[in-house]
Amino acid sequence: MPKEQKVGCARPTGGVVGEAQPADSGEKTAPAKQEVKPMVQVGKKAPDFTAPCYYQGKFASVQLSEYLGKWVVLCFYPGDFTFV
Amino acid sequence: MSVDSAFVHKMWVDHELSKMVTSGTVPFPMLSDGGGKVGQVFGVYDADGGVDVRGRFIIDPDGVIQAFEVLTPPVGRNVAESLRQIAAFQLVRESKGTQATPSGWRPGKKVLTPGEDLVGNVWKEWKVGMAFD
Repeated sequence: MPKEQKVGCARPTGGVVGEAQPADSGEKTAPAKQEVKPMVQVGKKAPDFTAPCYYQGKFASVQLSEYLGKWVVLCFYPGDFTFV
Repeated sequence: MSVDSAFVHKMWVDHELSKMVTSGTVPFPMLSDGGGKVGQVFGVYDADGGVDVRGRFIIDPDGVIQAFEVLTPPVGRNVAESLRQIAAFQLVRESKGTQATPSGWRPGKKVLTPGEDLVGNVWKEWKVGMAFD
């Protein structure tokens, strides 16, 4: 039965229920090497990307590199209809 | 930019944000980051929550990140501080790096000119109170 959930600033999420799968025994499967992700750094180029967007009543697509020559503020936020 | 689709962005703009701004529309593109792929590259994607947390990046005309700030969801940003930082980075850029803005700088306040003469002499040019006023 659905249970009422308190509304917070983060989007509510679910997940898989049940016991965790037992780890594969044996040495044959080497642990997957953790991929090292290049973190962004001040003084370094921002990674370029394209993204769909909503702008002045229209759906469009933007690419960060189209804004070369201008100052850009890129803001991430947890979700639409959140509070702050 | 959030993990919401552009369609949800439209609903939010039409039903709420448009009522908050005098122009009646949001003056910048609202980007969609489905799956958090862009957020991952910028280090702001929270895989447990499936959302991008509050990250703000100031990117200069060469595409270089000059500043960023990342907050967990319940605390909002200070827009005035972002504007202050943009003004400071623009001043430094226009001076071709010959000027620097000390702690507490705001537009119109004293800037520093780094160089041999300033080493050991910042205390003459800048007082602690200037960080707070």
